[in-house]
Amino acid sequence: MLEKALSGSRRYWAWIVFLLLLILVGFLAYMRQFEIGLGVTGMSRDVSWGLYIAQFTFLVGVAASAVMVAIPYYLHDYKRFKDIVIYGEFLAVSCVVMCILFIFVDLGQPMRIMNVILHPTPHSMMFWDMCVLFGYLLLNFIIGWTSLGAERKGFPHPHWVKVLAYIAIPWAVSIHTVTAFLYSGLPARSFWLSAIMAARFLASAFAAGPALLVIFLLILRKVSSFKVGKEALQALAKIVAYAMIANVFFFLLEVFTAFYSRIPEDMAAFQYLFWGLDGKHSLVPFMWSAAVLALLGIALLVIPRTRKNEVILPFAMAAVYLAAWIDKGVNLILAGFVPNPFGQVIQYAPTATEIMIVIGVYAIGLLILTVLYKVVLGVREERA
Amino acid sequence: MIYGGKKIFAGLFIFVVLLISPFLANIGKADAQPNPSLNTPAINALATKQCVGSQQFMRTYHMQLLNQWRDQALRHGEYTYVNSQGQKFTISLENTCLKCHSNEQQFCNTCHTYVGVTPYCWECHQKGATQ
Amino acid sequence: MKIERREFLKLGAAVAVGLGGGLTLDVLTKTKPAAAETRTDVAGTRVSSKALHAKRWAMVVDASKFKTEEDFRRVKEACVKAHNIPDFGPDSKHQIKWIWEEPFERTFYGVDDPYLPEAIKKENFPVMCNHCENPPCVRVCPTQATFKRPDGIVGMDYHRCIGCRFCMAACPFGARSFNFVDPRPYIKDINPDFPTRTKGVVEKCNFCMERLDQGLMPVCVEASNGALVFGDLDDPTSDVRKILDTHYAIRRKPELGTGPSVFYLVGGGGAGA
Repeated sequence: MLEKALSGSRRYWAWIVFLLLLILVGFLAYMRQFEIGLGVTGMSRDVSWGLYIAQFTFLVGVAASAVMVAIPYYLHDYKRFKDIVIYGEFLAVSCVVMCILFIFVDLGQPMRIMNVILHPTPHSMMFWDMCVLFGYLLLNFIIGWTSLGAERKGFPHPHWVKVLAYIAIPWAVSIHTVTAFLYSGLPARSFWLSAIMAARFLASAFAAGPALLVIFLLILRKVSSFKVGKEALQALAKIVAYAMIANVFFFLLEVFTAFYSRIPEDMAAFQYLFWGLDGKHSLVPFMWSAAVLALLGIALLVIPRTRKNEVILPFAMAAVYLAAWIDKGVNLILAGFVPNPFGQVIQYAPTATEIMIVIGVYAIGLLILTVLYKVVLGVREERA
Repeated sequence: MIYGGKKIFAGLFIFVVLLISPFLANIGKADAQPNPSLNTPAINALATKQCVGSQQFMRTYHMQLLNQWRDQALRHGEYTYVNSQGQKFTISLENTCLKCHSNEQQFCNTCHTYVGVTPYCWECHQKGATQ
Repeated sequence: MKIERREFLKLGAAVAVGLGGGLTLDVLTKTKPAAAETRTDVAGTRVSSKALHAKRWAMVVDASKFKTEEDFRRVKEACVKAHNIPDFGPDSKHQIKWIWEEPFERTFYGVDDPYLPEAIKKENFPVMCNHCENPPCVRVCPTQATFKRPDGIVGMDYHRCIGCRFCMAACPFGARSFNFVDPRPYIKDINPDFPTRTKGVVEKCNFCMERLDQGLMPVCVEASNGALVFGDLDDPTSDVRKILDTHYAIRRKPELGTGPSVFYLVGGGGAGA
């Protein structure tokens, strides 16, 4: 089936070449990091995780959100998602690959990565995260590829695929729960030490993931033969709306607990995000942008007239996606290191090399996604 | 009859030549056995020149021995090694191994180069002392 | 490939015999008891050697004896020399720190009391890895590159560390540093008796485990002129216990339940008084 990705229009190839160029730039930047060490990034003794781990965290969520298309289709037999579910699964595949790459580029000794398997350590959440991520990657790829193969031959997908699809549902929840546990079990960081962390992660994931899927489906409608149905889009938009409302609600719960209890350490990171702390406020613009975007997105999705307007819809989705990205792909990780264990505010800013590597990894993800989507389109065009 | 047979065989030939080129390049050259040098001040000062294990054993298993030493000393705090003859040695790469074998180039690297391995021991251990 | 000690000894003997390398057959017969005795034998050696042993190593910091810059410098420099700690300059993001000083409000972040005596507010305290009884860094490490030893010391295996820095996020005491670049060019004069580290691994204070084995106290303790006291927390007759039994000592962030093994005598008096 992969051969379907080898023929395409001039525009398709231009896009592929563009992505390959970005990957090349990212790769060269990574070679520099590999040679010199993580000193080429903006990370420090005090902010020891930066954009890489933040992207990883965010993308685990986007990957997990495939389940938001799978549940209606596989569990509730919601037929309108029949043609969409595979796009969700392949989005998950691309996201998990990016997650693994972001972990990889974050390692100080990447050549030793197999030590995680050589010395399995069940008391480390990182070990479990690796297990569930690889499992989820396999599950989604096998489910997607097999059902597509069956579709090509005009058969219904084999029975065992449905079994795997059922397994994938709690598995998706697990990947994001375990990822939240990376943070929520650390006594050192009160910003992360929250029982609601996993729930927050899932809510923001189920908003950001389907929002991204809607954007991709609208792009496909423009540039390909796949014309997504209005009802399916509206169903996704409602999922995004509910999930984003839950996400904002959970965030406000955290704000309440911190500020009503007035425990200084619990308030510090929020103060830093909203107003800055000790005269340092590099994340303040991000925080307020996220707040405005989140409310804007929710408003556009809750009001039926704007939600049903397919010109406005992509903007609403972008607003939600960006808000969730800032919240989890920037603020959550960085503010967790503020203040540091000594109560100091030390700020972080990514370097150009670091940003190039991030872009390179995203380009790899997009390339995988493009190829997989192209295969889906090719198979379906052949059948039509 | 193979379609385009000539091209295929020509291609195969080139492939095979490339594949065995490293061997071709080395044909007739002497198989120079490595000869690690024991000529260091610390070894010369020894009454009996004896390592913690037999020569053959050290040649074959020094990597495993070092791994075992590391885990034993670092993780369990056991710094004494008893060899098969009951002799006791202090477990320390710095102070037991490299005190005698202070000649990385003439000792360690001769074999490592010969067998084509590049262990990273000296990125952390001792190199500074000779600089 | 990993070989167990028993197999290893057998192998050693077999190879030696196979070679006829000066060893007679009776070595083979001796091998068995040698294999069986290793534990006890090594234990026996340990008792008879100079090595210092404890169930749980701990340190008491007598803050009243850290008065001047010089008191800190002596201690820090001893550690830097002994452990090949690079110097990236005081403002570098890449600083490596094993033991250093912090003012009260930072050392005891969270103990925010405006009515503390001026003397204490202005005082500096040496900080380092607390070698916690219940270390979060060990819990989170995905490769057991950081681990707790039977003697309570939290150790680091720089060969196994993959540099994920999860332990740095997990440490409530900011005790861990990461080698963002190759540290070697930044080490003033390399001490050949101790390894340096490579880029991409995390490091921290090791309570001088290499010195304890030689029967020596940690270098900082030795250089501190009695300001740092080191001993077995599990032994009621040890120096640290004698101080703790008669003085009020505090630990950093005790509420987190990590059980630090570094105790601070704060507010004058001191252990000698």
